[in-house]
Amino acid sequence: MVAANVAQVPVIQARSLTKKYGDFTAVDAIDFDVEPGESFGLLGPNGAGKSTTMRMIGGTSLRTSGTLTVAGLDPEQHGPQVRAQLGVVPQTDNLDEELNARDNLYIYGRYFGLPASYLKPRVEELLEFAQLTEKAKSKVNALSGGMKRRLTIARGLVNEPRVLLLDEPTTGLDPQARHILWDRLFRLKEDGVTLVVTTHFMDEAEQLCDRLVVMDAGRIVAEGSPASLIRQYASREVCEVRFGSDRNEAMVHQLAGLAERLELLPDRVLLYADNGEDVLEGINHLGLNPLTSLVRRSSLEDVFLRLTGRSLVD
Amino acid sequence: MTDLATRPSRVTPDAARVNRWGWWYFAEYQIKGFRAFAGTIVATALGNPVLYLAAMGIGLGGMITQQVGGVDYLIFVAPALLVSTVVTTASGLGMWPIMSGFKWEKYYFSAGATPLTPGQIVDGQTVAVGARLLAQGLVFWLVGLAFGAFPDAWSWLVVPIATLAGLAFFAPLMAYSATLEDEGLQFNIVGRFIVMPMFLFAGTFFPLESMPSYLRWIGWISPIWHGTELSRAVSFGQDLSIARIGLHSGFLVTLLVGGLALSHRNFAKRLIS
Repeated sequence: MVAANVAQVPVIQARSLTKKYGDFTAVDAIDFDVEPGESFGLLGPNGAGKSTTMRMIGGTSLRTSGTLTVAGLDPEQHGPQVRAQLGVVPQTDNLDEELNARDNLYIYGRYFGLPASYLKPRVEELLEFAQLTEKAKSKVNALSGGMKRRLTIARGLVNEPRVLLLDEPTTGLDPQARHILWDRLFRLKEDGVTLVVTTHFMDEAEQLCDRLVVMDAGRIVAEGSPASLIRQYASREVCEVRFGSDRNEAMVHQLAGLAERLELLPDRVLLYADNGEDVLEGINHLGLNPLTSLVRRSSLEDVFLRLTGRSLVD
Repeated sequence: MTDLATRPSRVTPDAARVNRWGWWYFAEYQIKGFRAFAGTIVATALGNPVLYLAAMGIGLGGMITQQVGGVDYLIFVAPALLVSTVVTTASGLGMWPIMSGFKWEKYYFSAGATPLTPGQIVDGQTVAVGARLLAQGLVFWLVGLAFGAFPDAWSWLVVPIATLAGLAFFAPLMAYSATLEDEGLQFNIVGRFIVMPMFLFAGTFFPLESMPSYLRWIGWISPIWHGTELSRAVSFGQDLSIARIGLHSGFLVTLLVGGLALSHRNFAKRLIS
């Protein structure tokens, strides 16, 4: 295989990719390409079909119909060859808790047929990358959640994969651990590793993804860069106001003329406009006296709300 | 920070190499896992024969003054005890650790995300368990030698025979455990109503022929009995025709091969859905 040729075609290409479990359609005829070196996101709520798509890419879930190629190969027909080129970071860390951090990386590398002469220095590099050199001899069950996650990511890099699949990489981590992890992933991105990330966190998608698809109920409802999606589906700014859960709905008709678009949520009202401060001034001018108010830039959360009528995180 | 991706790759994961040796890579991992519990494993391997041979061979044997099967009771019971302790270990390894690999520790799923195939994972798991049973059998045999319990020059063959019997029990049990989604009473039932009767009614402590005929079938379907018959032949020369050797070996090999085939299928169903 010639590297130059490979670099010009999508690393992953899906056409009408569909997965059904009985009557339930988990992934519904989706199309997407992932280019080499790109950081590609699948954004959507739990149950949108993101993880199933990831598993189909790795050949551990069989598609119902459609086509899928990874590095030019069908993962169902050439599972081992495809997985040899992937790094997989699953949603839950499935490290061996009884082994130490170093052995976890070493053993996983052996599964790829990598020799000890390569693995020994590689494992030390990865421990350094994951900021776990001092924990090399610690059993996994003694590591914090953030450390385990970094070790799982390091493990996924042991074979120098062409594509790193990250399924909900920071779910369950505290804010500090998330930022450390994002920093590590951003460095990989800078190094040119192709990342495929599933997440239901809009900030994560904005931080990590060059391009993303928004998924809902197995379908792709929008595609583009985070900035272009926000431009296309939301205004520049949002004014969030709270009047109390029993009054929010009653205030809607009075707020209607103040913004380009308005969304009523159980706990707040969102007013979309290019200038959120102007909207807030209008609200105050009408003497509506919200309990709290906030003007912020629009985010992918607003895009998702616009496209599906629901929040990303229930 | 080390540039992890953009430097020229020093090594290419070799799917063809994994295709040949993947089973061994998984076995390596499992054996490394056993080493984490080395203290317990060695203590069990040493403690079992010492306790069993002392209690059954010397204690109970001291009361049985007549010969059994043409030899002293210690010599009669020792190969059977070796086989049954190895098979009991195999039955334990075929239950909770298999379920854990899918449910708690999920090591089958982590391996399944690599070039390893489900079949290679099954084969590697079996090789690792086989290595552990072989080591346990060897320790038992060496302790038994010190007790004078294995008189024949060919008695070392009890070690591979016990390993085969253990794997003949392990493989079908692994196939079954791979189908379980939730832990429940299943393993208790297997332990109490399958493993225990197969141990008690397998001609371990007395010849199976001394049992009433309506109970002998439990021995006939027990890998422990088939292993015991073979091990007594090599340990002290108990008469065994070529046909019987073929029958006992064939039964054990059939269970092992059938169990492996079912495990291949069940692991594939679980890991690739």
